[in-house]
Amino acid sequence: MAVTTVDGRASQTVQVRMTLNGEARTFAVPPHETLLDLIRERAGLTGTKKSCDVQVCGVCTVLLDGRPVSACTTLAFEARDRTVQTIEGVADGDRLHPVQEAFIEHGGFQCGFCTPGMILATLALLKENPRPTADQVKHYMRGNICRCTGYKRILDSILAAAEAMAGGK
Amino acid sequence: MLKPFELCEPTTVAEASGLLARYGEEARIYAGGTELILAMKMGLLHYDHLVNIKGIAGLGGVRFDAGANALRIGGAATHREIERSPAVRERFPAIAEMETHVANVRVREAGTIGGNLCFAEPHADPGTLFQVYDAQVTLEKAGGKRALPLEKLFVGSFEVALEGDEVLSEVTIPALPPRMAAAYLKFGILERPSVGVAVAVGLNGGGVSDARIAVGCVGPVPRRMREAEAMLVGKSLAEAEALLPTAGETAGRASQAVSDLHGSAEYKEHIVKVLIGRAFRAAAQQLA
Repeated sequence: MAVTTVDGRASQTVQVRMTLNGEARTFAVPPHETLLDLIRERAGLTGTKKSCDVQVCGVCTVLLDGRPVSACTTLAFEARDRTVQTIEGVADGDRLHPVQEAFIEHGGFQCGFCTPGMILATLALLKENPRPTADQVKHYMRGNICRCTGYKRILDSILAAAEAMAGGK
Repeated sequence: MLKPFELCEPTTVAEASGLLARYGEEARIYAGGTELILAMKMGLLHYDHLVNIKGIAGLGGVRFDAGANALRIGGAATHREIERSPAVRERFPAIAEMETHVANVRVREAGTIGGNLCFAEPHADPGTLFQVYDAQVTLEKAGGKRALPLEKLFVGSFEVALEGDEVLSEVTIPALPPRMAAAYLKFGILERPSVGVAVAVGLNGGGVSDARIAVGCVGPVPRRMREAEAMLVGKSLAEAEALLPTAGETAGRASQAVSDLHGSAEYKEHIVKVLIGRAFRAAAQQLA
């Protein structure tokens, strides 16, 4: 940690080395910067959205060491020495992830604003529970809100993705 | 937008305690940040120094202490760790169930039990259920530690009996005695629960040997409802069940329900009454 002086006031920065979407990155951030601002403003990855900004809606969901967190309410320095995955890191080049394919095939999005968060939350869910029941999906995804779809097709997409991934496709 | 603050990262409780003592009201403990960062972002609170306790060894973890027959949860343990702990799921199923339904999965991944209890937001779950287990908390500082019944931790809404330089290092939850079971029910349509009711019932030879009732969310603090409990203890199961509405009304009145966006006081008192009846039956049914 470094403390420098700006306008006579001590200003602290934290060196944050992280693996962002598989790539080693280093950022120097003040303690009060959020992970969401680091991702969108410093890394230029705008797939992660800012909406409610109070960890309720889920559009800012990113995976920190594989676990879903609200980037809007996570301080950026918490990513130090950890892996961060955003929606930009889900596809493998041009090859979409089975979860992404399922969302396309089953109509799991309309405007698409909530979709990055939905997909990342789904990845975390299926890693923890590869064959969830519909109730388990609904419970896990409770914190990801959608204004467009009415949720049914999101549920269908997730269950289809689970089946595709379990089938080894 | 968060205002700048200094990040302090102690590696021992003594060091954390020293920082808190040194900075006084300008410092606060920071763990998961799910309440604190939110309040700071909204401009409701500000601290010039945040004391990150996540680097202190021994503050996390969930384990069952067979010798003490109690669950020992580190202050920095997250809701998800508690929710997923095999010891909790096996021996304290009501606690696992309650933790599973706290907020949403992202909050549960980051938020800690110590933070939840010490922030003392009235619309929360754990403080209510833990009280029917006669839970205790360990408060530690540079000079030593003290144990406090959880009931005594909650002083008012967002106010706890924590000294300025203390860290909540552990929540100790004794196992319920044999022939006793607990249930937690909550109600609400907003992001945070509007009513939370915990009941633990002990049945022996067809009679209620023990009844513990806690109500949270509706008033400034979660509390045991001892007057309502006394109405049920010593009665036969049938008598107790017939008395549930009256006990529920007694508890509703004692809960200090406030009228707010979550509902009027009368409405909340009514929901308290309904949930006490349901939670009692749910607990008793586990013993059938």
